[in-house]
Amino acid sequence: MKISLGPLQYCWEKQKVNTFYDQVAQSDIPLIYLGETVCSRRRQLKFADYFALAQMLKESGKQVVLSTLALLEAPSEYNELKKHVDNGEFMIEANDMGAVQAAKERKLPFVCGPTVNNYNFATLKKLQQWGMQRFVMPIELSKDWLTHVIEAEKPTPFEVEVFGHGYLPLAHSARCFTARQQGLQKDDCQIVCLSHPKGLLAQTMDDQPLLRLNGIQTQSASLIDLSSEVDQMKLMGVDYFRVSPTSLQSIEIAEQILLQPTSDKSLACNGYWHQSAGFSQVVSN
Amino acid sequence: MELLCPAGNLASLKTALNAGADAVYLGLKDDTNARSFAGLNFTPKKLQQAAEYTKKCGKKIFLTINTFPKPGEESRWYQAIDLAADTGVDALIMADLSLLDYAHSKYPHLPLHLSVQASATNLGALKLYKEEFNIERAVLPRVLSMKQVRDLAKVTPVDLEVFAFGSLCIMAEGRCHLSSYVTGQSPNTGGSCSPAKHVRWQEVGSDRLTLLNDVLIDKSGLDEQMGYPVVCKGRYTTTENNTPSHILESPTSLNTLSLLPELAKANVVSLKIEGRQRSPAYVEQVTKVWRAAIDSYMSAPEKYQTQREWDLALAKVSEGQTTTLGAYERNWQ
Repeated sequence: MKISLGPLQYCWEKQKVNTFYDQVAQSDIPLIYLGETVCSRRRQLKFADYFALAQMLKESGKQVVLSTLALLEAPSEYNELKKHVDNGEFMIEANDMGAVQAAKERKLPFVCGPTVNNYNFATLKKLQQWGMQRFVMPIELSKDWLTHVIEAEKPTPFEVEVFGHGYLPLAHSARCFTARQQGLQKDDCQIVCLSHPKGLLAQTMDDQPLLRLNGIQTQSASLIDLSSEVDQMKLMGVDYFRVSPTSLQSIEIAEQILLQPTSDKSLACNGYWHQSAGFSQVVSN
Repeated sequence: MELLCPAGNLASLKTALNAGADAVYLGLKDDTNARSFAGLNFTPKKLQQAAEYTKKCGKKIFLTINTFPKPGEESRWYQAIDLAADTGVDALIMADLSLLDYAHSKYPHLPLHLSVQASATNLGALKLYKEEFNIERAVLPRVLSMKQVRDLAKVTPVDLEVFAFGSLCIMAEGRCHLSSYVTGQSPNTGGSCSPAKHVRWQEVGSDRLTLLNDVLIDKSGLDEQMGYPVVCKGRYTTTENNTPSHILESPTSLNTLSLLPELAKANVVSLKIEGRQRSPAYVEQVTKVWRAAIDSYMSAPEKYQTQREWDLALAKVSEGQTTTLGAYERNWQ
């Protein structure tokens, strides 16, 4: 099993993003996903900027995948997507069936991201026939579910990746919750997401951290941490363990996680992996 | 334009048809459909009766098989498709690729509608389902603006159905994990958002606490109007604002009566009323209003105006007794 670094889900200043990927280039993480997956209004980096970063990472020996938006609505977003698919050099991560179609139409290989509904082997097999090389398990599914899928056909005809560390992308809406929280409308959001580099924490009225507002995306307040499941995943035949970046520190975590479980378990969750409520922390035997 | 109404049981189905629905949609009494609440839905025998009654009325009946099969249990979903084909329903509403594939290859003449759970919001997604499974129609998620619906309608290879009235789902449907994050049960596999068995109300002094799997999602006055408790309509604080508020959405229903002319001009073929879990009284009230509205528009499109009594009647059966245009209206977003 190897490590992958998922796409940056937050809106960071361009300079910070560049610094981040400069450090990623120096790391020993072999697989990097890159690109805006949440909101097309975030334009700190344009396609050309991401493409340049992708080439820089490739030159430093990384395998690079260009990630696409999870929710494709306007025709402009669908056209922008085609630019990604037609880049001529890098595989894409399709996070919507529209992106799957764009890759399939051009007979290009793709990775199926965690926000595409993959709930059984027959579905995955269909996607594989259309060009899917690897899929990231939908976040709400479990170890038992994955075991079924991996054992359905040997050798498994596609690679498997698990979202193992980071804040979970729970939902996507038309509404921008971050802008709304500031009394702004989406069309005049002033890119307020820049002020929330890890999203904005929302708590229940008895102070239980529950959600994290990240523009049109709602994330988990808790950080999924499956680092203690690494040995199990290796036995199962999982190909990649995904770290979803939350800060510069994520690079170090990604480099270490296959060697030792992370030590900070405050606000961690692993419920989905154990077929339980996602926010729960199940103690493994 | 077709008026498509929900039927949680045979009583609702008859009510909907008698009140003016052109078509009804319903699900089987198991987790093959995304509204598997206790006491709702149809056994194979009831489905047969429903189909016979609907045909006698000269109307259409659609069966939803819109959850995603779990590995190792696919046969139950395939059996549901076989049953639907035998019963002679007018269309199947489905989202899962493997089910669409099964139905398309085994029953090529059985019309397929893409369920909202498939979360298809763009031309590429619609093309994919059309090319691969020859779907006839797609139900659009409640996340598109009216302009986006119009733009999509101009290029779509399939007919479009939109949600016209009912509970407002504010996330891209079929890809929302808020319910499973808190309760462990997913609408995609288990069949319902915010399952009733995890909901608990508790009165403390003058407050009513709403708990979902012991997570406090709302605290309200005893007299306050409440909607069905779901995570996205709860009240929370943020690190920037300590006053609890509906930071995602307040309890409210979608009501698009005022958009009817625009939806018609965009060539939307079907208007869907949400609420298979609601009572026959709800179905009757909503169906009557929408029948009147559609008839009024069809008879004199240029004169169409929302009637105050329609809005009042719909407000009575709405969550929190308020309604919204939701994402159709750009300002809401």
